[in-house]
Amino acid sequence: MPVRLTEEEEGMRAGVFGEPRRWAIEHQVAVGEFFDAADLVPVSQAHIMADTESLGEAGVAFLERLAAMPEADRRVRVPTLTDPRGLDFQTYKRLGQTEAMAAIEARAIAALRAFGVLMTDTCINYQTIMPPVRDEHLAMGDTGVVIYSNSVFGAHSNFEGGPSALAAGLTGRTPRYGYHLDECRRATRYFRVEARPRDLSEWGAIGGIIGRECGSYWEVPLIEGLDEPPGSDALKQFGAALASYGSTALFHMPGVTPEPTEWAGAIPDPVSIGRAEIDAFIASYGATGDKVDVVVFAAPQLSLVEMAAVADALDGRCVHAETTLLVATSPEIKHAADRMGLTRRIEESGAVVAAGICFYQSYAGELAEANGWKRLLTNSAKLVNIIGGYGYRPTLASLERCVDSAVAGRVV
Amino acid sequence: MPILLRCHPGIGPAVTGTALVAKDNFSARYDLDRKAGTFSRPSHALAGQSYDGKILVLDTAKGGVATAWMLHEMQSRGIVPLALVFNRVNPILAQGAAFGGETMVDRFEGDVTDLIRTDDELRVDPAAGTVEILNR
Repeated sequence: MPVRLTEEEEGMRAGVFGEPRRWAIEHQVAVGEFFDAADLVPVSQAHIMADTESLGEAGVAFLERLAAMPEADRRVRVPTLTDPRGLDFQTYKRLGQTEAMAAIEARAIAALRAFGVLMTDTCINYQTIMPPVRDEHLAMGDTGVVIYSNSVFGAHSNFEGGPSALAAGLTGRTPRYGYHLDECRRATRYFRVEARPRDLSEWGAIGGIIGRECGSYWEVPLIEGLDEPPGSDALKQFGAALASYGSTALFHMPGVTPEPTEWAGAIPDPVSIGRAEIDAFIASYGATGDKVDVVVFAAPQLSLVEMAAVADALDGRCVHAETTLLVATSPEIKHAADRMGLTRRIEESGAVVAAGICFYQSYAGELAEANGWKRLLTNSAKLVNIIGGYGYRPTLASLERCVDSAVAGRVV
Repeated sequence: MPILLRCHPGIGPAVTGTALVAKDNFSARYDLDRKAGTFSRPSHALAGQSYDGKILVLDTAKGGVATAWMLHEMQSRGIVPLALVFNRVNPILAQGAAFGGETMVDRFEGDVTDLIRTDDELRVDPAAGTVEILNR
């Protein structure tokens, strides 16, 4: 079905507004036709995932080609942010990343800046940059950002991969399909949580369990049974894991999320998730007694409150000589953590605090090879789901158990 | 007489090639060793197998957004599936196919991972919205 374009959009397609916008709208029309979008919807923000491991030489060369166009043709039309980068120039040598990685990173940054992109380098922009508002249409380029924006704020975004998010920044629009449409936002799956999650890793575990059950971008779970409102970091871990395990982009949690309960069809029987299911999920990644090579707090990047929790858990202790402890946060939170002494308290233990990266987007396979890393411990269910494909053996544990294990050098 | 399967019109050029089928999902970041051209995630149904030049027949997409860039990067090095034939894709796979020039179709009448077998010879025509099984 052809996508209906306005006069201005037809002008973009004809090249009146330059080659970058012509490429952008052609890409959007192709995606829109695939999903039977009737038209394009204006967006107020875009958010680009463009780590250099994903881009490769071909992706960076593509960005550089468009970035070399005249300034009036290449500037984004709406505020456009960046997801975490592949490398932090302050820490890359300590982590075993190479000069070649730093060089391609610098090229990608220069190209993105030429579009007028704001280099926020974060996957927690909803906590730190500009939270969305209800019914705002967005083009967000990180699954955790999309699910949080859609569910917690009632905004409207699909998963926008890097090329599509850049296209949205250039045109100020995105194809109107999926979670931009009310009919796609109705609940299709029903879950009842019968155990109280004890920490962030368990919030992630519940997200992972529901994500595995859903298993499709087009399923919308409704979750009941959580008897007190979770905080932002809990919903962050829950949503990120749900999006990772299920490719899920929206959940409803009556009493917590803003949209009224509407079902896509007959109300399905609820699936119960209790203590046994949570414990079994965590145990499936268990490895008590194993040597720990690397402990990672990331995916999503840490909030200031999480940074303080890591600092408190590490206070006065030393990370084992054969273990690396890596903490990844956004540049904004890193500045705040520096100012408040949290970075110093964490790094005095021997840990590394990196800004603007998120581990799995940072050449995780090459890091494993360079450092001899195999056993990874984290409190992020999203990270344990992703990282197996890079050759790691991941274990999920609470923040406190992660820190105790980093100090002991083995999984405690 | 080839078996004709109908699907939603897709993305990319028409291609002919050999199927690699599994009842599993797909993410370029989660599942692949893109240098070797193999499935690297130990728990994937196709773990250890080469995807290079194959028509991948799988259920749906999983996980995150990286595949949108990675299909383009894989195309540039020539170590890439010939086409993606799925029951239902998410936006990232569609965006990645559109950006990378990868052939992709989805939305069949029936479960495509049952209808097609590994080593079947397929003709995938995204514009027509058809997949022909040539060897049966």
